Amino acid sequence: MIASPESSNDLPNSGFEARSLASKLSGSGIVIAFLILFVLLSALVPNFFTVRNVQGLLLSVSLIGCIAATMMFVLALGEVDLSVASIVAFAGVVAATVTTFAESVVLGVAAGVLAGAAVGLFNGAVVAAFRINSLIATLATMEIVRGLAYITSSGDAVIVGEPGFFEIGASSFLGLSVPIWINIVVFAIFGWLLNYSVFGRNVLAIGGNAEASRLAGLPVTRIRIVVFVLQGAVAGLAGVLLASRMSLGDPKTSIGLELGVISACVLGGVSLTGGIATISGVIVGVLIMGCVQNAMSLLNVPTFYQYLVRGAILLLAVLFDRWRRR
Amino acid sequence: MDPALVLEDVSVQYGPVRALDHVSLKVRPGEVHGLMGENGAGKSTLLKVLSGVVRPETGRILLNGVPQQFSRARDAIDAGVSIIYQELHLVPELSVAENLLLGHMPSRLGALNRREMLHRARKELERLGEPIDPKAKVGTLSIGQRQMLEIGKALLRDARVLAFDEPTSSLSVRETERLTHIIRQLRAEGRAIIYVTHRMNEVDELCDRVTVFRDGRHICVLEKGAGFDRNELVAAMIGRRVEDVYGYRSRALGPVQLEVDEIEGPGLRKPVSLKARKGEIVGLFGLVGAGRTELAKLLCGAVRPARGAIRVAERTLRVDSPRHAIASGIALAPEDRKQEGLVLGASVSDNVNLSCRRHQARFGLMRNLKAEREVAREYVRKLSIKTPSEETPVMNLSGGNQQKVILARYLAERIDVFVLDEPTRGVDVGARKQIYDLLFDLAEAGKTLLIISSDLAEVTGIADRVLVMRGGALVGDVPREDATPERLVRLALPN
Repeated sequence: MIASPESSNDLPNSGFEARSLASKLSGSGIVIAFLILFVLLSALVPNFFTVRNVQGLLLSVSLIGCIAATMMFVLALGEVDLSVASIVAFAGVVAATVTTFAESVVLGVAAGVLAGAAVGLFNGAVVAAFRINSLIATLATMEIVRGLAYITSSGDAVIVGEPGFFEIGASSFLGLSVPIWINIVVFAIFGWLLNYSVFGRNVLAIGGNAEASRLAGLPVTRIRIVVFVLQGAVAGLAGVLLASRMSLGDPKTSIGLELGVISACVLGGVSLTGGIATISGVIVGVLIMGCVQNAMSLLNVPTFYQYLVRGAILLLAVLFDRWRRR
Repeated sequence: MDPALVLEDVSVQYGPVRALDHVSLKVRPGEVHGLMGENGAGKSTLLKVLSGVVRPETGRILLNGVPQQFSRARDAIDAGVSIIYQELHLVPELSVAENLLLGHMPSRLGALNRREMLHRARKELERLGEPIDPKAKVGTLSIGQRQMLEIGKALLRDARVLAFDEPTSSLSVRETERLTHIIRQLRAEGRAIIYVTHRMNEVDELCDRVTVFRDGRHICVLEKGAGFDRNELVAAMIGRRVEDVYGYRSRALGPVQLEVDEIEGPGLRKPVSLKARKGEIVGLFGLVGAGRTELAKLLCGAVRPARGAIRVAERTLRVDSPRHAIASGIALAPEDRKQEGLVLGASVSDNVNLSCRRHQARFGLMRNLKAEREVAREYVRKLSIKTPSEETPVMNLSGGNQQKVILARYLAERIDVFVLDEPTRGVDVGARKQIYDLLFDLAEAGKTLLIISSDLAEVTGIADRVLVMRGGALVGDVPREDATPERLVRLALPN
């Protein structure tokens, strides 16, 4: 065998290290942007950097945060799920109804999460097995599931009498309320899954090139279905937590939430065409959205103008990302 | 004669990699100028500079003595430079005529003049001698016909400099002949032609001069004179002499390991049966479109066969998915890098470990990062994959190195039967030698290898036995002793 001295190892290592440092820096660009934003808001917006406000801010992003963790997987797969907001409403209504009728909080919570997972399974089956474009498939389930939420609740909010139910959302631990803790756990689980599990790598591979992944023997259909089920279950859980905080299951809640979730992911550098996602990016994306929203409320920016700001931030983030990748 | 195209002192830097290092090149009008070199030698980068996609750090480009400033692709096209790339840039959903005139469609006040478009397209196709319907969708054409369209596009823009990037790599014998004919015609018209290739016989047949690059540097220019000296060319390309690239090693064969029984499916005109033994290297030769890739896809579960059975080590295979095929011990390393082979945005390590990481995972879920890194390192070393690190995105690698990454992925799997579709396409001579050595190692370890190849020298050089396909049927089973190039070609050509 002829050894080729000029082949594999001839490229200077120092160059690689320099590049990896550079890529680390540019990869954390959005994190740095967030830190600057946070410092600026703390300095300039009265009452922003107070324990009470930060607690409230975190609680307010916990809904989007949970769902963004799994939306990251859906987007990494090269798909999208528009039905999450409807699932939030539906799962909340189901949880409230079951809790009231069965007089059991455990059953109610389980029913809410399962209802979400069931919708996810349906989405996954339609997208993966029948190869329907996920934008269309979940647009349909978005409508269907919203309808189911209204039908289950007969159109009105379902008020929960069980004290155990609203204690979930109200109780706190080490100064942070339970929904925030759950959000942290969700981020931890899905961050681990993305980076340290075979499943997570497989999702990124399928999003990057589905045919290559199939030929390499990955169970592409199954993985697609599992991702949608996880998305449904987590959206269901988020819906239950929201219902618990409001102590009612509201079929009209969270309209448009899916766009907020997708925006947060895109802000965090998740590729809409699949194959690229980082958990740190998504967390920061969620926090940026939350901070800006919170600061605008503190500054009494009129609601109409808040829309402009949110849209502008999303556009700027994507432009920044584009520029960084050049 | 004054050169039509001059590149002077051109350098290009990609991150830590110096892709071109003060390179110069002169091409005369009416000349076919060969450009040779191993993968990563800088040929593709040079074409990118010519096409205006990459702006060089130093140096300049002159056309007929006039310095040019290419800052985007459009500038190069307007200056009369056209590149015919390996991966053709056509829109499969549009018609032949629309593709030909893309960007220059005849219109009046913005309204497309369809008749004029068809007329011009038809005239151009006639000039090329291609009997293609200008209304046909490009997606329905063969690769050879698409290449002709690319040439037609260049001529419609009256390109004076044409650069071909390994144009014959996916052409059939007949299409190659037609292309050769057209290129000679272009030369006679006084156009300057750059011809990038790995194939010696094409250099002999077409080129007037050859420039050799190595590691981003200009090595030498050879004049044709009485003919090119093969050894001199190879030596210039790899910096040393290689006698026998293939290094055939004979070995004892075991019992039958792969048995295919009357398999039928899309792309096959007749049922195919074949057997291959443990430790055997079977070549599968045929022209493009003979059904070799289709057969390979049936064997590894990528396409479901209509009928027939496949047995690996006497176990009948569930042929419904590549997943089950791999679990039963047979896998296909696909040919099409970008579509079927690579996750381009993912790292070298991720691509190598794509399939095999499940074996090392704890509880089937938890990745074993250490083992993955070791697997990636092992194959980067074994196959001499040129990459700054295992974590580099595979899209930053040159074509040949990408091919090696695909190969590594399947070599790292635990399987008995390898189906390799054009395993050395686009891989340079030095690295090829290493791949062949590895294939012999695998055979000696009792694996069965089915190697699809359009390269006659390769098939006859490494296979113990050659199967020949023609028009969707298996037409020959030739042992190594009898596998002369003449015999194989005779079997493969339509009567």
